Amino acid sequence: MPDLDQRISRWLETNTFHHSEFWDMQELVRAKREAGLTISLCIPTLNEEKTIGKEIIVFKSELMDRYPLLDEIAVIDSGSSDRTLEIAASFGADTYLSSEILPQYGSKPGKGENLWKAIYQLRGDIICYVDADIKNIHSKFASALVAPLIYRPEIQYVKAFYDRPLAVSDDMRPSGGGRVTEILVRPLFSMFFPELTALIQPLSGEYAVRREVLERLPFPIGYGVETSHLIDLYQSSGLDAFAQTDLDNRIHRNQPTSDLGKMAFGILQGFMKRLRDYGMVKELPEFHGLFRQFQAEGHRYEQITREIFEEERPPMITLPEYRERHGRHG
Amino acid sequence: MRKGTAKARPDGAALTHREKLRRLREILFANVVMAGEIPAPTGGEKRLTRFLSDRFTECGLANISLDQAGNIAGMLPGRVGDHTLLVSAHLDKIWSDADDHTVSVGAGMMSGRGLADNSLGVAVLATLPLILEELDLDLAANLVLLGTTRSFGRGDLAGMRFFLENVSHPIDAALCLEGIELGRLSYSSLGMARGEILVKAEGGEVENPEDTGPGVAAILAELVVALRRIHERESPASRILVGSIEAGSGYSVPPRSGMVRFEIRSHEADHVARIGKEIAATVAAASGRDGLAASLEMIAHRSPGDLGTDHPLVRHARDTLALLGIESHVAPSVSELALLLDRGIPSLTLGITKGENRHSPSEAISLEPIFDGLAQVVSVLQFMDEGKPS
Repeated sequence: MPDLDQRISRWLETNTFHHSEFWDMQELVRAKREAGLTISLCIPTLNEEKTIGKEIIVFKSELMDRYPLLDEIAVIDSGSSDRTLEIAASFGADTYLSSEILPQYGSKPGKGENLWKAIYQLRGDIICYVDADIKNIHSKFASALVAPLIYRPEIQYVKAFYDRPLAVSDDMRPSGGGRVTEILVRPLFSMFFPELTALIQPLSGEYAVRREVLERLPFPIGYGVETSHLIDLYQSSGLDAFAQTDLDNRIHRNQPTSDLGKMAFGILQGFMKRLRDYGMVKELPEFHGLFRQFQAEGHRYEQITREIFEEERPPMITLPEYRERHGRHG
Repeated sequence: MRKGTAKARPDGAALTHREKLRRLREILFANVVMAGEIPAPTGGEKRLTRFLSDRFTECGLANISLDQAGNIAGMLPGRVGDHTLLVSAHLDKIWSDADDHTVSVGAGMMSGRGLADNSLGVAVLATLPLILEELDLDLAANLVLLGTTRSFGRGDLAGMRFFLENVSHPIDAALCLEGIELGRLSYSSLGMARGEILVKAEGGEVENPEDTGPGVAAILAELVVALRRIHERESPASRILVGSIEAGSGYSVPPRSGMVRFEIRSHEADHVARIGKEIAATVAAASGRDGLAASLEMIAHRSPGDLGTDHPLVRHARDTLALLGIESHVAPSVSELALLLDRGIPSLTLGITKGENRHSPSEAISLEPIFDGLAQVVSVLQFMDEGKPS
């Protein structure tokens, strides 16, 4: 495997950045302008009233008012019952209900649905996705992800990764490799797509992508969206299409272990589907869509089932409405 | 202040400014968030200093410098430049590095440790060059923006003290910014002295707690009662505030040492000194009893000062608040203002917005009144720039 090791090492050297490399915001804005690029920031939300206000304030102040790097900041919401949209709008974000974008195609639950509809709704040549639950928000969460796309035209897709803080409280969690990454995604990548293991945090919700890539990717609407993107783009363009940026620490809400199981189930569905679609395995049986967990109460064991079906949206470029709105050709 | 011909009363400009300044809302709020999430305990303000330094650099201030006390200063050169105004905000917070400094932003409120005291003041200082630019105000005077260190407790205003002792330009007038409370009008400083009484058990550890005498806790309690008696006798001209009592860590083991921290406040400097001597005698009398040693250390002093309720600067600030529909309340200060007044520099401390739960983990500030606070600051600054004779 020396070739593989070398390829990964070389990629880590050339395509892995630290946010501090992009400290010069004036230069970044100048380069963006020179490249004639427009950039949209998309924050998918569902009941994020506690953190959304701060994110909008910081991004708008630092990356629109102070340094005009972003051309729009949009919140695409899955139907929050709290004041997420009201707060986001009050601080100057464009707010959309996912269900009201392309309503003729219906509305499906899941973050991936919002990300997919953002491609239609937003204008940017680059779309930067940032999750809404970041507590230690900083403008680098967007600027250091779009910077490699501005400076390096051959890079298509930039992922964030993070270090682990030395100490965090019980209900907050640092994003290092992450538990699902280490016990599921990394082993699977090691077996089937070993070059993709170079992405330190493949499940990170912060990434920036060129429109011409996004519009050609199918979108699982649930947990599998990030993993599927990586596999699909890797199959078409190879590892050199990717880059990653170290954003130091990221603090966000911890997820209960039971939710990690559901996440892993959804990711596996998307992963297995791709193994089959790319002809890497043969004769896989139909998947069961019911995820089973158990809850003990004394000597009684209750079965808790939840249907997790990783439905996929087609590549946006296949929609005539999209091609017309954005002047794109299939 | 500059000797000039400016208006004695504020005109409607403050109302116009208030509306225009809303354009800077996200920039100001982002500065509050960022200043708020940087820990800055007294003596550990370095990262916040860096933040302010970066902001000053981005605004193109001149002479940005970090002094020996860790203060960060920058200057906006004046159109004429024949006098100098100072706007300052203290950088330190009462919270430690280890405390959670996360800021939350809700509808109309922002909350988090230290936001009111004094992240908002620091954020306004960081935004002030943009505020003046937005309002197209070109001051005649040089404007020095100063973030000061070591304001609280044993810091004893060391940052401002160093700055005033070493500043190369004479300061003609000054404004101190505090996050809350909008309407606060501080133009006088109280005479003040802070002290720490330390009570320690002499000798080795005690094996059986029940064998000990009244112990450290009892002596501390006696001393607090004594302080209270002096307070009742001297009030209202002078007051003694007991700020903290510390001793022990459990339920059954008597503490081996303990401390009372207190502050004497008075409009009369000689009262502070006299009361200080009485407390020293009380502590000396308690020392040596029951194998306990008691000692007093005085750690901070302020001289009383007063600009006077009829000073043009005070009148203008009061009128500006009235114009903005805000009721002013006089609040004598024991902070940086005391040092400025002590040097004969016409100075005020102003609050920027309404807030609640000061010095608690859920400290919160209201967002909407901030624009009244900014309009007030600008109006007072303009008056200092163009203003009536001092």
